[in-house]
Amino acid sequence: MFDLTTKARTLIRVRGLKMYFPIHAGIFRRHVGDVKAVDDVSFDIYEGETLGLVGESGCGKSTCGRAILRLYDITAGSIQIDGQEIGDLPQAKLRSLRPAMQMVFQDPQASLNPRLTVEGIIGEPLLEHTSMSRAERKARVHELMDAVGLNRSFSDRYPHEFSGGQRQRIGIARALALNPKFIVCDEPIAALDVSIQAQVVNLLEDLQKKFGLTYLFISHDLSMVRHIADRVAVMYLGKVVELAPEEALYSDPLHPYTRALLSAVPEPDPDLTIEDRIILKGDVPSPANPPAGCNFCTRCPAVMDICKREDPEFREVLPGRFVACHRYNEPDENENETAA
Amino acid sequence: MPDGAPKVLDVRNLNTVFRTRTGEVHAVNRVSFDLEKGELLGVVGESGSGKSVTMMSLIRLIPSPPAEIRSGQVLFDGMDLLEVDDDTLRDIRGARIGFVFQDPMTSLNPVFTVGFQLREPLMRHMGMNRREADRRAAELLELVGIPDAARRLRDYPHQFSGGMRQRVMIAIALACDPEVLIADEPTTALDVTIQAQILELVRELRQKLGMAIIWITHDLGVIAGIADRVMVMYGGQVVEEAPVRALFKEPRHPYTRALLETIPHVRGKRAERLEVIEGQPPILGAAPTACPFRDRCAAAVEICGRENPALREVGARHRVACHLSDTGAGSGAAPEPEGAHV
Ligand SMILES: Nc1ncnc2c1ncn2[C@@H]1O[C@H](COP(=O)(O)OP(=O)(O)OP(=O)(O)O)[C@@H](O)[C@H]1O
Ligand SMILES: Nc1ncnc2c1ncn2[C@@H]1O[C@H](COP(=O)(O)OP(=O)(O)OP(=O)(O)O)[C@@H](O)[C@H]1O
Ligand code: SF4
Ligand SMILES: [Mg+2]
Ligand SMILES: [Mg+2]
Repeated sequence: MFDLTTKARTLIRVRGLKMYFPIHAGIFRRHVGDVKAVDDVSFDIYEGETLGLVGESGCGKSTCGRAILRLYDITAGSIQIDGQEIGDLPQAKLRSLRPAMQMVFQDPQASLNPRLTVEGIIGEPLLEHTSMSRAERKARVHELMDAVGLNRSFSDRYPHEFSGGQRQRIGIARALALNPKFIVCDEPIAALDVSIQAQVVNLLEDLQKKFGLTYLFISHDLSMVRHIADRVAVMYLGKVVELAPEEALYSDPLHPYTRALLSAVPEPDPDLTIEDRIILKGDVPSPANPPAGCNFCTRCPAVMDICKREDPEFREVLPGRFVACHRYNEPDENENETAA
Repeated sequence: MPDGAPKVLDVRNLNTVFRTRTGEVHAVNRVSFDLEKGELLGVVGESGSGKSVTMMSLIRLIPSPPAEIRSGQVLFDGMDLLEVDDDTLRDIRGARIGFVFQDPMTSLNPVFTVGFQLREPLMRHMGMNRREADRRAAELLELVGIPDAARRLRDYPHQFSGGMRQRVMIAIALACDPEVLIADEPTTALDVTIQAQILELVRELRQKLGMAIIWITHDLGVIAGIADRVMVMYGGQVVEEAPVRALFKEPRHPYTRALLETIPHVRGKRAERLEVIEGQPPILGAAPTACPFRDRCAAAVEICGRENPALREVGARHRVACHLSDTGAGSGAAPEPEGAHV
């Protein structure tokens, strides 16, 4: 497990990242608004760690992961990988950096080209980014198949001849082909059965140790993220509302949304009754039309007057613990504001 | 749970087979279970273990072909649902036995208002007129916690969020006061905070209405929170069945035990490494002649590959299908099948 006490080196630095998708309407396709899928998020990812990114459907996790890899032209913000700014780099110039950053997708079925054999799929990035000979590529593909626990004799088979867990291994092998430093894993186990999920998670952990990989692990499965992540970021409606070391976040969540989210996870123990379960009312607002003030104010059990007016700043309230909530601002500030 | 309460549903030796171009799929093999009045039976198992096909078979909602119910009895109120004529069955379905399916968007009809879809069973099965049905429909929406219910009857499914659509589905399933509600992964597509709302609703409704519920899910956390009894399926068969506490505290089948070991938790101690069940689920090409779990079971012995174990009583309302359950090796005092999850 990654040791947070030793001096951590920042591999990925994200500041003020925004990714808006324009909404067009009418016959002239006028720009009438934006889906604020990612709306001003900032965080670091340390070398060798797994940062978990959790939150409910549509909160912007995938968009955030894809934006960091510059699969989009971002709306605003800065992204540095290993000190190099890539936020404003044109796509043509990104090509040489692509090998260092890879992605593993949710749906192993849809993300693999059905017309290529396993060897073709895993070897594709090698063909594109290296000048390896055929024989060298084959050798590398076999090495990668060993690393992810796929039998080499399967290299001539097609994706549909594999189970979901095996297909996810193929996707992971491909992501590893160019010796990346950083991998965004977007719901890599969501499509897999419970008994297979553990196999894939253990594999990701082993590979991380072996190759010193850094992961952004996106998932809505809070218990799996607890298991795999060193630190966890919680998103709600386009914003990161809390970020903390795994242990602190799960044992003592600070943000009202994190509290509600964790208390909603049913525990597989019939003797455990959760006394203070928080049942949130209502639904998540649309990211095209977020509320004024704090994005969580329409559902927050701890809402105050100020929350409906001012967007709380995302700041470090305890060493290593970041929260965006007026409850954690200076108490006198709050009093003044609520009295106002 | 009331002990020895009357049975509302009694399923005996159900077998369902699919005929496909590439051969047969024996999806449901000699499945037997019952459901008592007012209880909630949780059904868990791996993807493809036959949970949905079992429930669709017992109310004959399974498309045939390709499916063929080869044998079995489904006793409901003195009738065998596999034998009754289509009219009788239609009266039972949707009125005395209600359903909720995984994806509310595909099971609600997008071209009709929610009000129409709620009134329809009320007018058809309960003989209500339009006015009465309208009033009852609004009551039902209110019951499942949809604000401004009377007005929302005029809305179409797409005008509701995922969680609300699932509430609407539940309202429709409850419309005629069913004795049995079958819910197939009703919260799987929902976010946890919305799932928590629905589970709370179900707890409330059970107290108010007292119907028996079959709840299919792959989430053991959900089961622990709402079930009275649990049935575990593997490879088209029931491998274990027990009261909820016994299942979590004294699981007897090697698969159930391994399953409980592989899941991470959000509370309590964090495991350094996840336990795994090696291998893949079985391919159900023929009627099983051996234990379906044998290839992945570390406790397997010679007989497991030769004979398919029958369900045996091992405790109060606790049944297990494992060859080791009668030699004592599968009993509570038995060695943990440790190798099963290395
Ligand atoms: N290409 C796009 N064009 C317009 N809107 C988009 C696009 N991609 C995503 N969105 C919107 O941005 C918001 C965030 O989507 P995103 O896929 O990042 O969420 P997510 O947190 O990954 O959700 P899930 O858990 O369901 O995968 C959603 O409202 C989504 O509809
Ligand atoms: N139309 C069909 N044709 C052929 N085989 C089918 C068909 N429908 C289901 N099956 C097979 O029947 C078996 C049982 O499927 P079922 O849908 O009952 O699984 P399940 O336990 O509900 O799984 P899940 O958790 O994924 O919903 C599977 O092996 C499946 O592939
Ligand atoms: S800022 Fe206010 S509304 Fe937002 S989470 Fe904190 S207390 Fe709740
Ligand atoms: Mg996503
Ligand atoms: Mg199913």
